Amino acid sequence: MQLFPCPFCGPREESEFHYGGEAGNLRPDGNDVTAERWAGYLHMRDNPKGPTREIWMHLTCGEFFAMSRDSVNHKVSGSSALGETEHGA
Amino acid sequence: MSASRLPNGGSDIDRARPLTFTFDGGRIEGFAGDTIASALLASGRAVVGRSFKYHRPRGIWGSGVEEPNALVDIERAGGRVPNARATTEPAKDGIVVRSVNATPTALADRNAVLDRFARFLPAAFYYKTFMWPDWHLFEPRIRAMAGLGVVDRNWKPRQMADQINHHCDVLVVGAGPAGLAAAAGAAAAGHSVALVDDSTRPGGSLRHRAGDVDSVEGMAWVDAMVAKLKSEGQLVLSDTTAFGLYDHNLVALNQRHRDGRPDTLWRVRPRRIVLATGAIERPVPFANNDLPGILSADAALAYLRRHGVLVGQQIVVATNNDSAYEAATALAAAGASVTVVDCRRDCGAQAGAGIRVLAGRTVVAARGRNAVRGVLLDDGTNLAADCVLVSGGWTPTVHLFSQAKGKLAWSDDLAAFVPGEAVDGIGVAGAVAGTVSLSETLASGAAALGPFGSSSTPVAHSTGAEATLGVVGLWPKPKAKGRVWIDYQSDVTAKDVELAARENFVSVEHLKRYTTLGMATDQGKTSNLNGLALLADVTGRGIAEVGTTTYRPPFTPVPFASLAGARRGSMHAPVRRLPLEASHRAASGVFQEYGGWLRPAYYGSGDAEAAIQDGVRRARQSVALFDGSTLGKIEVIGPRAADFVDFIYYNTMSTLKPGHCRYGFMLSENGVVFDDGVLVRLDEHRFIVSCSSSHVAAVHARLEEWRQDRFGRDAVYIHNATAQYATLTVSGPNARGLVEALDLGATLDDASLPHMAVAAGRFAGDEVRITRVSFTGDRSYEISIRADRAEALWTRMQQEGCAFDAVLLGLESLMILRAEKGYIVIGKDTDGNTMPHDLGVAGPRTKRTGEFVGRRSLFIEAADDGNRNQLVGLAVREGEAPLATGAHGVEKSGGPLRSIGFVTSSYRSPILGRPVALALIERGAARHGETIDVQHLGVVRQATIVAPCAFDPEGKRLHA
Ligand SMILES: [Zn+2]
Repeated sequence: MQLFPCPFCGPREESEFHYGGEAGNLRPDGNDVTAERWAGYLHMRDNPKGPTREIWMHLTCGEFFAMSRDSVNHKVSGSSALGETEHGA
Repeated sequence: MSASRLPNGGSDIDRARPLTFTFDGGRIEGFAGDTIASALLASGRAVVGRSFKYHRPRGIWGSGVEEPNALVDIERAGGRVPNARATTEPAKDGIVVRSVNATPTALADRNAVLDRFARFLPAAFYYKTFMWPDWHLFEPRIRAMAGLGVVDRNWKPRQMADQINHHCDVLVVGAGPAGLAAAAGAAAAGHSVALVDDSTRPGGSLRHRAGDVDSVEGMAWVDAMVAKLKSEGQLVLSDTTAFGLYDHNLVALNQRHRDGRPDTLWRVRPRRIVLATGAIERPVPFANNDLPGILSADAALAYLRRHGVLVGQQIVVATNNDSAYEAATALAAAGASVTVVDCRRDCGAQAGAGIRVLAGRTVVAARGRNAVRGVLLDDGTNLAADCVLVSGGWTPTVHLFSQAKGKLAWSDDLAAFVPGEAVDGIGVAGAVAGTVSLSETLASGAAALGPFGSSSTPVAHSTGAEATLGVVGLWPKPKAKGRVWIDYQSDVTAKDVELAARENFVSVEHLKRYTTLGMATDQGKTSNLNGLALLADVTGRGIAEVGTTTYRPPFTPVPFASLAGARRGSMHAPVRRLPLEASHRAASGVFQEYGGWLRPAYYGSGDAEAAIQDGVRRARQSVALFDGSTLGKIEVIGPRAADFVDFIYYNTMSTLKPGHCRYGFMLSENGVVFDDGVLVRLDEHRFIVSCSSSHVAAVHARLEEWRQDRFGRDAVYIHNATAQYATLTVSGPNARGLVEALDLGATLDDASLPHMAVAAGRFAGDEVRITRVSFTGDRSYEISIRADRAEALWTRMQQEGCAFDAVLLGLESLMILRAEKGYIVIGKDTDGNTMPHDLGVAGPRTKRTGEFVGRRSLFIEAADDGNRNQLVGLAVREGEAPLATGAHGVEKSGGPLRSIGFVTSSYRSPILGRPVALALIERGAARHGETIDVQHLGVVRQATIVAPCAFDPEGKRLHA
């Protein structure tokens, strides 16, 4: 069982968290978005092997945040609250 | 084999406390401190089990968790323990012990005949043979013949198992000399320590091997160290196995209790882990090396010194290393005649007095039937023996290190894999790290602490004899004569390994699965390396190149009761309960689980179907009372609340006037309908999202996601108030009359409170919210009140209801009422493809200009596909029974029969006097009036596509 650092609550067990997706997957607004771009937003993921930055939700406090971890060895290198600059990032 | 109890000796046993138990019906005597295995040996029992596949007679091989053969079922106060290792289970007065996989007893097993057909039962025999006509034909009898212990189907735990979360600075696994040195070092450096060991007593190898530390005898030092740790408040656990090492260095422990309590599961999160897990002696490969009376040399020494048991009178020791000589010397001193067969030419100097050493010789075969009678050497010599001790070298117990993704490195010096490159936060010490002498072992304990050690604290020193090893490879050879056993527990021979290699199962992982080598409870503790070495030889590779299989938790079996803890029975997946559950039960409510909630399915003690149909009838005729408290009540508040709900919903919501409600869909970003429900606007900046009962948590999470991602924390605030309110619904032609009788202080005429409007009222001093929304198609009022004050209102509603012949409505009746109206349940009447226009709600898709969740997906190519499944009703012919839910509409046009959709809801309508059904059917909206085939379990019926709404299509009753 992994330990994830919620920026608001501190280290908690992974079962308290919900995966929100890869960070940086910006939502394209509008109906003139191409089908390819929309499909990229919906389905296409980098799924990197190694360092990755992800959005997670801490279910018990309800906050979404960004977490950096390694998809190979599961080491977590840090997490941060989604600031104004991070909306959608 | 003629093992016996010596008149003296045995550090573990208390001869003043004799005990008796039964084994396979026979009486066994022992002493307190005996294991079941030591008591069986002391009583001269050679055969203690039958092998898994061939039903070969097997004896005790080891003295601890490595035991592959002596698995037993134990009946004792507190229930039956299946597949226990006789070598780790304490003997207790009065317990009933049975060998597993043997009928009726291990000695007289009636399936023993299987062994004579062994050459017809090679590896993968079952895969290859019982294919035709069907494996299931053979499976029951094969399973009855194979397999291990018997589960007690009537077993009930007397109490739930404890589960403990523990944090400490340093966790040391293994309380041998290395582990004790590590624990002492960490404690001296001021750290909190947990020291755990799977044996009944700390000490590890010092429990039966010579060694002096800091000028005192080994066990005296062990006892002093343990006492010191305990006095300092450190945690020291015996009978506790670290069985799993997981991500982020979580270690799971299983602690066994000797007082009948269920095992305790520990989840330990240390900052540093020291693995001092020791090493396990390997078997020596020769033909018939599985005969009872052939056992690990180290185990023989343990039985001698811990239990005062002499394992034989005429003993042959087969070895490739120095470690067996301590056993040989001690057994000779205890009165046995001992011959050492050492495969090394240069070894003689070690032998103690009275021991014959045959250097440069190997054992090639053992003789005997139910017990070993002698051995044949490679030079043709026959030696008589009633016991053969083997030491094929030592395999470091790297299971936990390997579970931590640690890489192993091959050591030629040790002829074994040892931990390779260090893993973060984990140190290894002692025999698992490849140390041999006590000096090295003690030093490695302190060194394994890394930053948690202290250079200023004195390290314990070995002050007595130092062990040596000098091991050389003595591996199984291809094409050896006879049956050389590699894995005792899974009944795998050298020939099976060779066969697998011939059939090209040359990856070690494939070998494992094809032959079952290293599987089951044993996990390759004794067998792994011999199997790998043989595979390496057959395939012309080095052992290092072949590599090892993945070690998986648990290291030893863990009872499910321990893993489950409190999560059993009703606590396994706890249901959510209504605040008024007691009232419903008092009114004969029959409860079922719906989407995680325990709710009344219907009321009454008679026939369920009759009660459900009666509820529907009376709801349509007069009035029904229904507990809808599970409906979501998520408040959306803030300056941008209106923008927010516009974005969240498919339908435009910002045009809703305060005091009114609107039905709408929420979509996923892929355009699929995710939830439906009514949005209430209380004022300019405050809405209540009334989502489906089973969707509340998911909807809440989505609202939070969009709030935080797109709108910001100061623009909208979201509060899930679902559990704070009970919602009690009054529905039916007489609903208004009943609600008026409640005196809620609200004006209820249709001008003041029309359909889809909300009003405030009071009941007994508490505010209530009255919402006119309907899931039945009849005039309905949903009254929400503080959950803790709901009971009085519910009671009052029932009292006033008497005058109206009000009926208490369970969920099953409600489902019929809504299906008659064609009202859908998301996830039941929709699937993962259903878009809003498939449900006949196309307006927002074409008319809305603003952005909302899922919008772009409504315009992808698939969304415009003319063959989409669409919501319809299905009517059956007069007098026919309802269609089966899940039945498929089928069509045969040119090609093969294919599905054109399926029935999603189907009920008998008492008001209409016929069945009603909802379905998702290809192009269904344009096919009203068409008759289609509907197939269920091979039976084809006809149904006519109709509008989803079968009752009151004009909706007059909403206002009646
Ligand atoms: Zn948190």
